[in-house]
Amino acid sequence: MQNKVKTGLNMTGAQMSPDDSERMLDAALSIKPDVKGTTKGIAEQRRLRVVESDQVGSVPIPGTAKGMMKTAINKLMGKQPEVLIDKLGERLAFERSGTRLYEALIAKAEALDGTPEAMLRDLRHFQKEEADHMQLVVEAIERLGADPTAQTPCADVTGVASMGIMQVITDPRTTLSQSLNAILMAELTDNAGWELLIELARQAGQTEIAEAFGKALKQEQHHLVTVRAWLEKDLTSQLS
Amino acid sequence: MKKLSSLLDAKGYPLEKQKFTWKDLTGKPISKLDDDAFTRVRVILMNGIENDALRLKHIGARMNRELRLPLAEVRRVEHFQATMVNWLLSADHSPIETTIAYEQVAIEVTAAVAQTEPDPYQAQTYRYGLLEDFDHLYRYSALLDRVEGKDANNILQGYTDIVPGRRTALEFRAPEDDLRENYDKENAALITKIHAAMITAAEYQTHDYYMNIGPTFADPIARQLYAEIASVEEQHVTQYGSLQDPDESFLEKWLIHEAMEVYNYHGCAEQEPNPRVKAIWERFLDYELGHLNLVCELFKKYERRDPEEVLGGELPAMVEFKSQRDFVRKVLAEEVDLRSKGTEYVPLKQESKASIAYREQLNSEGVAADIVSAGYTWAPGTELARKRA
Repeated sequence: MQNKVKTGLNMTGAQMSPDDSERMLDAALSIKPDVKGTTKGIAEQRRLRVVESDQVGSVPIPGTAKGMMKTAINKLMGKQPEVLIDKLGERLAFERSGTRLYEALIAKAEALDGTPEAMLRDLRHFQKEEADHMQLVVEAIERLGADPTAQTPCADVTGVASMGIMQVITDPRTTLSQSLNAILMAELTDNAGWELLIELARQAGQTEIAEAFGKALKQEQHHLVTVRAWLEKDLTSQLS
Repeated sequence: MKKLSSLLDAKGYPLEKQKFTWKDLTGKPISKLDDDAFTRVRVILMNGIENDALRLKHIGARMNRELRLPLAEVRRVEHFQATMVNWLLSADHSPIETTIAYEQVAIEVTAAVAQTEPDPYQAQTYRYGLLEDFDHLYRYSALLDRVEGKDANNILQGYTDIVPGRRTALEFRAPEDDLRENYDKENAALITKIHAAMITAAEYQTHDYYMNIGPTFADPIARQLYAEIASVEEQHVTQYGSLQDPDESFLEKWLIHEAMEVYNYHGCAEQEPNPRVKAIWERFLDYELGHLNLVCELFKKYERRDPEEVLGGELPAMVEFKSQRDFVRKVLAEEVDLRSKGTEYVPLKQESKASIAYREQLNSEGVAADIVSAGYTWAPGTELARKRA
């Protein structure tokens, strides 16, 4: 596959079929909506359903903390231990998926002509670091007596949010820059996620965890800067 | 005009040689952006037809001991045909975008059928259903615009109008008002039988698709809209399914279905501009001719009848895969206020009390089709583009 966007017979725009589009527009303007109103009705329904709704699920009770006095848990993790456990679960899920995203991106980069060897080397290194970060979070969750195999609500929701990124990178038809753009979305979120998690760990009095996470954040910052530079370079080279 | 039976002169490709590999089955998809919308229309239609081929054969196998093996053998190939066809849809179609394409199929194919159907009552039924699918397109276009911020015309490519039809909120009917008079197997034209089988198949797959993807939406309005329109599609399956003569034997129905598959692959192959997809239509036309010949032999063996009795009718030209805008607009202008009462079509004022009561109860806590499309006017680039212009 060519690794550059190309011009061609894209059929989606109104300008590709000006006569038909004109007729569609005539119809739309002459046959009025049969239900009066605006998008306010949708907003109202959304509000109503939010009020009525249950949550996606719950944070599991730490397996090893079952039967522990609430005060003991508080001592371990602050007043609302579920907040930290939930966000740790999210980070774990994100890093685990991130490892797989890099795996797919590496396959694509290897398949395309002209991918610099240095980029491939860095991609493999980043993938390894994502896996290391996943393990780091597993250990932190275990230290808190929680279950790293459980899917917490934030882990679940971040999985939903990441579905599009996975779809872009694993699609054989997407170019390297389209895939880099997708991984950039992941890295931007990941950086913000680590920063927030470190702050939460500090506030929960988990300084050791916060310090260990600091190293991961530095590596993620490097991923972000590098991916952004690759993307810029790839697109710039297509311009020339 | 030509006779379908003339196609039987070609024996097609023998069933035992119809083979696939997993890679072959899951090859390169079409391009959502660059392929013509009617290529996608054909893909969706033929997937629906193949799935209905499986459905009919499974039901037949439950009540025909001697046919279980040939049914299983043909079904296996048709399962793979459905796979290869459906896997032509590319992954960048969001479920709502695919929905827009499904409704385009329902509108353009039903409109084409309505114009070539020789039986006036059956043609009226296609026009009646057409205005409802036409309305679904409008409601789903509003959903696509207002939930995903996308323009339905990126899928429709200018071929199909986006305006209200028979309002979805008014389409919910009591079951007794969804039944239709069936054709008479002894006197109906072959093309009438083919039309009923193909449109039932298309609507059935639309129903199943909405039932599968409806719960995958997070947005409550989307979830409810899919539930509402899926229920109308169930009504449509009832409606179109009842056009067929219940006195046909199972083998007769199987024969008609295979003839319908041949007819449609032939039409697809004739009109397909994408060479890779065209090759699939040609290959499967040969496969279907193989199936048709096999069923002809079973028909002779078990019913001791000549397949010519069923397949001998003359056929009009193949389904025309093209924009039917002018016809649809005419039907919209003239028939949007028609209602069905029992098996009859009546003016609005004579609408069935049973359907009114049924609808009032279902609609009593609000209708998503109304809410999502309140004040909606399609514009190129979405309604947000128009509002800012």
